[in-house]
Amino acid sequence: MIREPITAPGPGRRHRRSFWSLLGEQAVEAAIRLSGISAIVFVLAIFFFIFREAAPVLFSEQFDPIEFLFSVQWYPTSAVDVRYGTLALTAGTAGVTLLAMALAVPFGLGAAIFVSEFCGPRVKETLKVVIELLAAIPSVVWGFVALTVLSRLMVEYTSAPVGVNMLNGGIILALMSVPIIVSIGEDALRAVPDSYREAAVAMGATRWQLVFRVLLPAARHGLLAAVLLGVGRAVGETMAVLMATGHAVHVPHGILDSVRTLTANIAAELGEAPAGSEHYRILFLTGIQLFAITFAVNLAADLVVRGTRRR
Amino acid sequence: MTPGLRRPAAVRRGLAAVLAAAALVPAGCRPRSGDVAIQNKGSDTMVNVAQAWAETYQTVAPGVNVEVSGGGSGTGIAALIKGTVHIANASRDVKAEEAEQVRRNTGLDPVDFKVGYDALAIYVHPANPLDAITFDQLAGIYREDGALVSWSHLGAAVPGCKSDEIVRVSRQSSSGTYEFFRERVLSNRDFKLGSRDLNGSKEVVELVSTTPCAIGYSGMGYATPRVKILKVARQAGATAYPPTVESTWNQSYPIARSLHMYTLGAPAGPVKAYLAWILSADGQRILEQSGYVPVSPKGGVREAR
Repeated sequence: MIREPITAPGPGRRHRRSFWSLLGEQAVEAAIRLSGISAIVFVLAIFFFIFREAAPVLFSEQFDPIEFLFSVQWYPTSAVDVRYGTLALTAGTAGVTLLAMALAVPFGLGAAIFVSEFCGPRVKETLKVVIELLAAIPSVVWGFVALTVLSRLMVEYTSAPVGVNMLNGGIILALMSVPIIVSIGEDALRAVPDSYREAAVAMGATRWQLVFRVLLPAARHGLLAAVLLGVGRAVGETMAVLMATGHAVHVPHGILDSVRTLTANIAAELGEAPAGSEHYRILFLTGIQLFAITFAVNLAADLVVRGTRRR
Repeated sequence: MTPGLRRPAAVRRGLAAVLAAAALVPAGCRPRSGDVAIQNKGSDTMVNVAQAWAETYQTVAPGVNVEVSGGGSGTGIAALIKGTVHIANASRDVKAEEAEQVRRNTGLDPVDFKVGYDALAIYVHPANPLDAITFDQLAGIYREDGALVSWSHLGAAVPGCKSDEIVRVSRQSSSGTYEFFRERVLSNRDFKLGSRDLNGSKEVVELVSTTPCAIGYSGMGYATPRVKILKVARQAGATAYPPTVESTWNQSYPIARSLHMYTLGAPAGPVKAYLAWILSADGQRILEQSGYVPVSPKGGVREAR
């Protein structure tokens, strides 16, 4: 039975309406709570599903975790000797991500500083719109650019034997993560109280001194979070790297080598691995591996943001 | 008072309306009477020509709809085992255990129709001076233990390829083309790791055309003017043949395979008519236009069995 309100609003119609409005309120409250919890439920359900698909091979006796993590031999459909080693794939993911960050972080943070501190209001609005537009380009379009435009330039202007390689993938991923770094980085810089700026200017600091000695230290947690979210984007990206990196199982020795990433490998092979086969389960296991990597990156970002809030 | 036991009249009316609507829905979804749908699924290699056949056949027999989907030879045969397709396309033979599964599940034998041939061409960049290649050299380039890694090993100096490295272009491991190349050229041994494994026949040709150092394999139907096709010899000293219709028929070109369509039991009615049309001169001409090799030198006037 629904509880009566403490101040009973009198008998008859008024009383009945308040009963229904109370019910409605509770229903809305329940719906909002449900949608709040659903995010957690979905994440747990996804993890549970992936884990359930991978579990039979994870707990089987033939499974060798050392070989899985540290062997470079990836022969999922071999006719003579099936081997599942993911080291080359992990190295590919790490290599492309690091390269992308080496390119994206200077550009992203530089753009964030420029947008928030150096440009006038009109330029600022234009830049923000354009950067948001950059974030809205679908990844398959980036992949197409990598395959047709960048790969030709690579062959022409570098010593790369083939145009689809780690540098190509890194540039594309950098272009995709720059918008994230800029918008979150700019938010972090804007969150620095104006009194800091006023104090620095009052003490005779130049603009550069203001940026490097006051703003960057004050906003460092927010900026780090921006970079880590960019990393998360780069690690998880699939379509563009599948098209840009050359998809070769190979531990890279230089930035012009072709590589294959964990995500691209799942995208390319899961479609035709027979459901329930060992290959299928191993691919889900690489999914868990990827989940662990992105989870660690996101957790790090979250902890850093939390650290900023506490200060 | 105990509320909620009696259902209000409005709710009952609503329920009746919903039930009535539900009863009406299937009536609207029925296909036009007289139309026949043939389900056709399987090999990615064959999906282009299967599509071309299906489209042209609509003008030949307007009441018959052929629904084509790809997914790979294995996918098509799996659908045949489940009995969900009329025709399965396969760029390889049905294996004995698959035929057994078909028999156990459906009580019918898979019946094989050979509808054409596909020759795998070896593609290089047009700047590559090489003209022919042997089976041993291909194995040396692609096989796990192969020692051929640079073009100078083959005695070729490729202009535009500064690194001299042979860039191997291959297919993803689930592809039927990949399996066929592995079986025929690598004697079922494994590929050397580090090849660029692309997701389509067309992509292989595309990448080779922009990469001076590259070598790749793909169906001869995918040739473009921007790549060069190498002749292939069975061994050093033997005559090398280019992939052509004639060299496929007389089996002098060594990397060719037959294309199959499988039905459940001997086909009847529209399926039988469709297969007969595919093997007719019209159907075989479409196959040849799609870049494959027709079944017989005479242009194919065989009837479906």
